[in-house]
This record gives sequence, structure tokens and C-alpha cells, in this order.
Amino acid sequence: MSKGRFGKHGGQYIPETLMNEIHSLEKAYEHYKDDAEFVAELDKLNRQYAGRPSLLYYAEKMTKALGGAKIYFKREDLNHTGSHKINNVLGQVLLAKRMGKTRVIAETGAGQHGVATATAAALLDMECEIFMGKEDTVRQALNVYRMELLGAKVHAVESGTKTLKDAVNACMGEWTARVSDTLYVLGSVMGPHPFPTIVRDFQSVISREAREQILEAEGRLPDVVMACIGGGSNAIGSFYEFINDKSVRLIGCEAAGHGVDTDKTAATMAVGTEGIFHGMKSYFCQNEYGQIAPVYSISAGLDYPGVGPEHAYLKDIGRAEYVPVTDEEAVRAFEYIAREEGIIAAIESSHAVAHLMKIAPKMRKDQIIICTLSGRGDKDVAAIARYRGVDLHE
Amino acid sequence: MNRIKKAFDNKKAFIGFLTAGDPTLERTEEFVLEMERGGAALIELGIPFSDPIADGPVIQAANIRSLAAGCTTDKIFDTVASMRERTQIPLVFLAYLNTLYKYGYEAFCKRCQECGVDGVIIPDMPFEEKGELVPIASRYGVDVITMIAPTSKERIKTLAKEATGFIYVVSSMGVTGARDEITTDIEEIVNIIRSVTDTPAAVGFGINTKEQVHKYSSIADGVIVGSAIVRVVGQHGAQAGEELYRYVSGMAGALAE
Repeated sequence: MSKGRFGKHGGQYIPETLMNEIHSLEKAYEHYKDDAEFVAELDKLNRQYAGRPSLLYYAEKMTKALGGAKIYFKREDLNHTGSHKINNVLGQVLLAKRMGKTRVIAETGAGQHGVATATAAALLDMECEIFMGKEDTVRQALNVYRMELLGAKVHAVESGTKTLKDAVNACMGEWTARVSDTLYVLGSVMGPHPFPTIVRDFQSVISREAREQILEAEGRLPDVVMACIGGGSNAIGSFYEFINDKSVRLIGCEAAGHGVDTDKTAATMAVGTEGIFHGMKSYFCQNEYGQIAPVYSISAGLDYPGVGPEHAYLKDIGRAEYVPVTDEEAVRAFEYIAREEGIIAAIESSHAVAHLMKIAPKMRKDQIIICTLSGRGDKDVAAIARYRGVDLHE
Repeated sequence: MNRIKKAFDNKKAFIGFLTAGDPTLERTEEFVLEMERGGAALIELGIPFSDPIADGPVIQAANIRSLAAGCTTDKIFDTVASMRERTQIPLVFLAYLNTLYKYGYEAFCKRCQECGVDGVIIPDMPFEEKGELVPIASRYGVDVITMIAPTSKERIKTLAKEATGFIYVVSSMGVTGARDEITTDIEEIVNIIRSVTDTPAAVGFGINTKEQVHKYSSIADGVIVGSAIVRVVGQHGAQAGEELYRYVSGMAGALAE
């Protein structure tokens, strides 16, 4: 079996045109990840530019209100650009620069990864083009303009369902057309090897910090670590350093849309089956002939028909559990955490908050939950207003 | 001699591509026969996929038309089986790997053998991943066609050595679709291929003029025309048969001796 496997998942299922490029990316990453100068530069960017370490915040009010486990939020929403995506792009764009590339391209769903990539490209002087589904450019118009302000060119992708999966298709096509000066900065722990590993390594800063922070605050490990999951980058980043701590339950909260028993869902772990798509073997929402399903979620960032291969593996071996959360539950959580804690969390992250609201009351008061808030929710305010039938004029 | 070998036997081969089921599977059968009458030596039948990442807008649109008309892998097999009563033209599928994986490699290859499909081209299965399919395919006499790209460079020899059926030389970077100009040094790639194997090499991606057909068939053993043919189907729909015959006759007539 080929490289980059997580159990049977993963691999490198991409056109021959990209193979030499993907091998040079592998080599470059293997070299630089242990290169003292590279590591120091990334660390400096993380601290002085992205604002790391992010807070591990004890949500006292929610803890009391829910009446069960002690709730901590890992505040990736406080990072520069407003989400965990910056952790990965600073690493990848820096790597691209070391590889002698002058241009980066990226897909984006909610626009968070696009904004982060455009930001890193501006800072590190790289040309930047972002591919975004046409439907998402409408749902997240503000983020489109934000990327343009940062100097990126945004392509609205008109093919297929005009969402994240189509943006990935278009971005892969563009990379195939122009590899010599370009690196595809993938936004999640998906795609062909080495992307799932590279993105996981850069995102694992979340759990590296959280583990130290909770040990300092509580003197012990948490009982539950949870995060929302689409492709799975903030979830794997939140889980990674806890995987060997067998006492820690790991929970990924995926987007059920209107519900897992409807066809308006993006809950890959609940309804998906094994397949090979976007460069990897993993679980996908698809029909009996392997046609990829048009998925749905209120959250553009979780609106993806697949899941990263390492998560598929963690599910197979029973190390992590994955639960579906509906639009309605996520919106209620979005509103709840805003009123209770004064935090406007991303609608993506609100999926994790919604499940937290279900499990925290059933846990003992001496138990601890760490829930990652992957991003801030300013971008979602207009969409939530629409969902609630409120007519906003800016 | 197997059917693919026959396509290249002492002559240059014109390979035409159609998306199966575009606009319907009944028409696909007729179109294949018309293309054969026009001089196609081998037909590449695309199994429509929801997300054809290696294809440009023309073939993407054909995939959508075919899927919207209800085309499935099983129906394509039935069509090919019925087609085989009327023609012995070599047939290969162009399919994305998930189509085979979901059907089951074993079941898919078995159906290929039963229906008379001679090979498969899988744009998202590189050399490194072929181990999970090739041993099964070869048990059923199905060639898994090797693709070689402008960026393959030092990989060319390794790839070509293990190639069976024919070798698909990808002329250009990017996705499928007609191009005015092809800048890759195809001759160099073909020379390297010929230094290690007798397996014939055909050039595809972007070919849409008689001049290109002549040029690349004089360098390689054949040419593959896809998007330009699919565009004819897109324009003429169910009535495309006669036009396909005319188009393929013109293009195949430009083959080098």
C-alpha cells in the first residue's frame, strides 16, 4: 500500500500530472518540519502575528447554567483572521516560500481559509488566488471582499453544487494546470498525502497548548475534548495530542443540516460510505454508484461530502466518536453562547457547542470538557438573521 | 491478438472519446458505430461522474447531461454488451476511481470481461496506487491504461515499462479541453517511452484540428480526441450521429501514414 495511510484510508489518488509535485512537497515538508530555522520562524509568526497561544477560557456561567461538567473553550476564534485556519496557512505559505514558489491557491467554503490564506500571502509576499463556490460567495459576501482587500483574486466556481467540494475540484484543476510556481494550500486534513499530515501537524498546536493549559489550570486531563468537523482540521488539531491519553473522550460534531434522515445533510460519518475522492480514501456521502452527493448545511465551512482520512481511521478503531448536529440545534447554540458568555462563535463551532449543551448537564461537576471554538461568528450574523426571518440592512 | 493491439496494428490509430449516456445510452451505441464507420480505431467511453476533476467544461457538461438522463454504471455495461453484438471495435472506459471502488474492483472487472470492455483509463489513479486494481484487472484481461504527463520526466521509464494496452500521453497541463497550442515536447516523451517498451503511445488532451492530428500521429502511434467530439454531441444532441461520422472521417483522414 502507498504512503500516507491511516489504516486503509488516505493515499495519493491524484492525476499523474501532479505526482512529481506532490513528491517534492513531501520531501520539502520532511526536511523543513525539523529545520530549526523554519520551526523558529513559524513559531515567531504564531506568537507575534497570529496571537498564539490562544486562550483556554473557563466558561463559568455556562458551566453553572448547564449544571454539569466544567466547560473550557479553546479560543481559536481569537486568532488573527478569526479562526484556526491561520495555524495551517502560516505553515504552508512559509513552506511554499521555502520551496521557491511565488503563488499560492486555495479553496474555501465559509471563506475563513480563503481569508487566512490571503492574509498569509499578503504578509509573505505571495501571489494568491482563491476558489470559492458561487453559492458560498453569496452566503459569505463579506469574506469575498475581505480576501480582495488582502490582495487575493477570488474565483466564484459555477460548476456542480457551487459549494466547497466544487471549489476543491476547481482548485485541483488549477493546480494541475500550473504547478511549477504554485502551491495548493489545502485548508483541511484532506486530499492526497502529504496534506492530511501537514495540515494536522500545523493544527496540532491547538491540542499541544490545550493540554498544557488544562494541566496548569486543573492539574489533570479533561474527560472530553470536542470540536466541530467538516474536513476535520480543527477537530484533528484539537484531538491530536490527546489521542494517546486513553481516558480522554474525543468527539467530533458534524453538520446534519436538516437531519441525517433527510437528503439535506452533510453528516459524512453518519451517512457516508467508503470511497475514493479528492485524492484520498475515506468516507464520503455518495450514492450506490459512487456519485458524490450534493450535501447541505447552514454552515458553509462544514458543507463538504467527505472527511479527512485520519478521522475515518479514528472512527474505525473507535478512538473518536462522531455525532450529527442539525442546523436548528447549531443556531440555538449560536444564540445561547452569545447571550450566556458574550461570545459570537462561528456557526461551524456552534455545532460543537450544541452537542456540548447536550452532554455537559449529564456529566458530573468534577468532570471537564474542552470544546474548541474554531472561529468567530461575525461572518455568520447576517445568515443567522436570515434564518430567523430578520431583515437586515447594512 | 487482443482488440487493443489490433487498433495499432501496422497503422496509426484515431481514438475517439464519448461520454456514455450523453444524451442517452441508445444514442451512445449509435454514435460508437458512426465513429467506427468514420475511421475511429478505438473508442474511449467516459463513465459519467458527479465530480470529474480532470475534465474541462465541455466534458463536465456532458457528464451532467448523462447523469441527468439517468445513466448508471450498470446501464452502461448493458449497453456495451448489446453493442458487442454489432461491433468488435476496441473499447476502453474512462472512469474515475470511485466508480470502480464503489462497484467493487472484482465485480467491475468481471463485468468488463463479460461485456467486452478491453481496458480502463483512470485519471485519478497514479502509478503509486495502481497495486490495488491492476492484479484484479489483469485476471479479467482488462488493461489499466498508463497515463504519462508533461511533468512525468524521470518517472516516464518506470511508468512505461509496466504499461499494457496503450500509453496515454497527456499533451498538456490542466484539465481536458481543446487548445490552440500544445507546448509540451511530445517527441521527447515518446522517444523515452519507445526506449523501454513496444506498447503503443497515443497523444491526447487538447487535440482539435487536423494539423494537430497529423503532427502527433506522425510522432506517436495514435491520437485521442475527446472534448472536440463531445462538443459535437453537445451541439447536435440525439441527432449527432451523422455529424460525428463526418467529423471523425475528417479528423481520422488527417492521420499520418
